[in-house]
Amino acid sequence: MKARVTVTLKSGVLDPQGKAIAHAVAALGIPSVDDVRQGKLIEITLAEKDPERARELVERMCQELLANTVIENYHYELEDA
Amino acid sequence: MRASVVIFPGSNCDRDVAVVLKAVTGSTPNMVWHGDSELPESDLIVLPGGFSYGDYLRSGALAAHSPIIRAVVAAANKGVAVLGICNGFQILTESQLLPGVMMRNASLKYICRDVHIRVEQSGTPFTTEYSANQPIVVPVAHKDGNYFADEETLDRLEDEGQIAFRYCDASGMITDDANPNGSQRNIAGVYDKTRRILGMMPHPERAAEPLLGSSDGRHMFASLLNSLQ
Repeated sequence: MKARVTVTLKSGVLDPQGKAIAHAVAALGIPSVDDVRQGKLIEITLAEKDPERARELVERMCQELLANTVIENYHYELEDA
Repeated sequence: MRASVVIFPGSNCDRDVAVVLKAVTGSTPNMVWHGDSELPESDLIVLPGGFSYGDYLRSGALAAHSPIIRAVVAAANKGVAVLGICNGFQILTESQLLPGVMMRNASLKYICRDVHIRVEQSGTPFTTEYSANQPIVVPVAHKDGNYFADEETLDRLEDEGQIAFRYCDASGMITDDANPNGSQRNIAGVYDKTRRILGMMPHPERAAEPLLGSSDGRHMFASLLNSLQ
């Protein structure tokens, strides 16, 4: 199976990198951008074929390593490889 | 005092710490490789500054799962003192020995310069040689040193005396201008509940003799020698 994990900053946590991107977008002359928040996309290929067990493994990876839940949220989608 | 210094691929302050420890304590510390799973008997464990595993994912996140950190956590739980400097502080938060997390500096820039920090309390194993509220000069050198924790955690740290150092001006005043990286409440270093684990972004080992511009950091190692032997 494949897992596509998205890690984003929790709302309320300042995102200076997102702000810098927003400034750069404005410098391009592209209007109408109110805010930019950036995060990480992590794609994982698993040998596990059972969706339920794959979900458990990905959940553990997110909790223990991929996200720091003090400041970050995560969500993921599973699909057949 | 028996000290151990952990070396990760990318550590670059391990030798500086070892030199200070030798100069202050008279004994050569054990240098321990990150891939080892056992620590020598130690009174103090130091996680030095530098970079670990390229600081991929988040600074300290991968190091927090290395074999040696399991041994560090086990030793810390038995009361062994732990000092994490810079990347070492990042590893201590990622391994949840200390609360909070290090974010990218508010300026997004790598900052390398001397700063003033205020010793919040004397009498911990790290600060017997300082007085409370004393401003000292030590350098910072980091890009991810912006300390963040939620308000509830910050209040608890204040109430329980877990804030070790705050960025201040030369007179010891805590001001926004004196905050180099955007850290919440100017926090430069925090203790665990027992005050035997300290994480700090500034580098005391780089301010340990007059030739380096400041000797203020040396007193931390002298404090440890007094407290732990």
